[in-house]
Amino acid sequence: MTRYLMSVAAFALSAGAVSAQTQIQWWHAMGGELGQRLEQVAADFNASQSDYKVVPTFKGTYPETLTAGIAAFRAREQPAIIQVFEVGTGTMMAAEGAVYPVYQLMADQGEPFDPNAFLPSVVGYYTDTAGNMLSMPFNSSTPILYYNKDVFEKAGLDRNTPPKTWEEVEAFSRQIVSSGAAPCGLTSAWISWVQTENFSAWHNTSIGTNENGFGAIDSQLSYNNPLVVRHWENLKKWQDEGLFQYGGPVGGNDAPPKFYAQECAIYMNSSAARAAVVNNATAFEVGYGMLPYYSDVQGAPQNSIIGGATLWVLQGRPAAEYAGVAKFFSFLSRPDVQAGWAEPTGYLPITQAAYEYSQNNGFYAANPGAELPIQQITLNPPTANSKGLRFGNYVQIRTVIDEEFQALLGGSKTAQQALDAVVARGNALIAEFAAANQ
Amino acid sequence: MKRTLFRNQLLPWLLLAPQLAVTTVFFLWPAGQALYQSFLRQDAFGFRTTFVGFDNFSALWADPLYLASFKVTLVFSVAVTALSMGVALVLAVSVDRLIKAGTTYTTLIVWPYAVAPAIAGILWWFMFNPTVGILSYVMKGLGYNWNHQLNAGNAMTLIVIAAAWKQVSYNFLFFVAGLQSIPASLREAAAIDGAGPVKRFFTITLPLLAPTTFFLLVVNIVYAMFDTFPVVDATTEGGPAQATSILVYKVYNDGFIGLNLGSSAAQSVILMGIVIFLTVVQFRFIDRRVNY
Repeated sequence: MTRYLMSVAAFALSAGAVSAQTQIQWWHAMGGELGQRLEQVAADFNASQSDYKVVPTFKGTYPETLTAGIAAFRAREQPAIIQVFEVGTGTMMAAEGAVYPVYQLMADQGEPFDPNAFLPSVVGYYTDTAGNMLSMPFNSSTPILYYNKDVFEKAGLDRNTPPKTWEEVEAFSRQIVSSGAAPCGLTSAWISWVQTENFSAWHNTSIGTNENGFGAIDSQLSYNNPLVVRHWENLKKWQDEGLFQYGGPVGGNDAPPKFYAQECAIYMNSSAARAAVVNNATAFEVGYGMLPYYSDVQGAPQNSIIGGATLWVLQGRPAAEYAGVAKFFSFLSRPDVQAGWAEPTGYLPITQAAYEYSQNNGFYAANPGAELPIQQITLNPPTANSKGLRFGNYVQIRTVIDEEFQALLGGSKTAQQALDAVVARGNALIAEFAAANQ
Repeated sequence: MKRTLFRNQLLPWLLLAPQLAVTTVFFLWPAGQALYQSFLRQDAFGFRTTFVGFDNFSALWADPLYLASFKVTLVFSVAVTALSMGVALVLAVSVDRLIKAGTTYTTLIVWPYAVAPAIAGILWWFMFNPTVGILSYVMKGLGYNWNHQLNAGNAMTLIVIAAAWKQVSYNFLFFVAGLQSIPASLREAAAIDGAGPVKRFFTITLPLLAPTTFFLLVVNIVYAMFDTFPVVDATTEGGPAQATSILVYKVYNDGFIGLNLGSSAAQSVILMGIVIFLTVVQFRFIDRRVNY
């Protein structure tokens, strides 16, 4: 609130002082330390030139920010830039009249813009079928594996070898629990994003028709395939044996404390959780690893997919603002700006140049595990199964995945029944979205 | 009733105007919007709108989760009402017997009502949290594995306790007031006739408390059905697997998170019907049958 008041005050003051400056509203969902970093980025841009002033406003969680943006658009009070998380992409892309595609904006404003400068996994997620980039990548992350080196050693495992395969995760967890080194082997944030979506991409397995929804709006899910069923079945089995502990729905808020308190020795979460892990895991040494895969699956490991958010430009603002937005996006693409944002937060450097910038300044050498997410996401060129997903109403489908996973762990459904229900309910939501957008 | 005659035709309307304006802007207009929206299918941004008649409603009746939500709401409302009124009655009767410390206890018991529902929800969430909660830790020590994130029964218990706890204060105040308005002479007469405390409570006190009890019954059901959104949102968020997704929460979730405005509007129209029904019941039947 204070921050809001301050920005209002700053707005009022600057509007009085330099009336020639064009204000650009930027709504975002980065709270806490990430929010401060984001405001720094905006302040740096404002200091770098005098024609435009980017005004960031915190709007709550990702879904809240998206909802606020949509409500504002309906009331014709929309900001020029809004940060939308990856699963809102389907919703934004379908809103053709509301969105000013980034490739078009940059062309209209004569700003240099090369989609090939970005990492393929990032670009793939946000381009349309014709290869045009519709939004500006900002904060992208990918899930990785964190583990407790001290507990590994106590259990008689090698402290420098993270589990590579799910078979090893199971064997290691069993050894950790049976040796009494920790009460639980494994926990995970984001069952939907990590254990279902990324799991499928990592195994090069399709999760829906039309190239995981990229090709057409009326797609069908295929989460009830033997591989995901097998994995969910295993998670349930491991939970019953005490090897796996559930961290809760959505982002799995209870997973981090289980890892910090040395209750669970292996923990999967976003690469952007790295800063929090380093801050909280003070009593033990943390190791990093790539996501595990089932060793008998052909084509695994493929590459992981991204999460996080991109910046969308909304239609209906004065033309002068769009010139500023284009300048701001060019600023954001600069390697030093990118690296300055990615290094402390754990987000991926999303351009090749930013990646090289961090390599050259010695960041990766000084911070073990920091380079791993980018190596994982670029392990292989993305396939049709591993460039991401794009289904309508996917915000709701994420909830469905959580609910059915809870039904599985609660014992009221088998893995097959739960995933059949995910597909049936998800397909109904996609059909509803297709009907509303035709 | 006192009647006032206005000479000027305009004045009464003018005096009513502020209230009418508030009612129109904050109640009638949104209700009308919801009704209109419930017949439409619209994309999130509002570009494409189709009139779909009763499609949104028939989709709801065909949705097993929506029907399950009715059952959840019923269980929840009955449990919250019974628990909060039962506890409040016991407390009120106990305080009624105290001569000196009564006001102190009353003040203490009323305190929870001042706690914002969202904060109350977070407090209970913390205490029962399976990972960091003190109560779940104690229960684990006693051999019970509490996990409201996966166990539907645990989750329902949690939101019932969280929602009832707050309401106990409110019910308590009304019960105390109701008890104090019962003439002591009635109970004394019964005591002289040889009725024990239990008999006196059930034959004298409880029947004379009937107006208060019926009033609170309606208020509590309305509270449990429509005012408990913050508690649910702060504790279980409707989970696990929608086991605690009461009707109001589903309206929010489908509308504000899922952006399915048509379905959300249809659900709120159904809720509006339930509110109207409950209000009619209160005014038509309860107010008439019960003599204050």
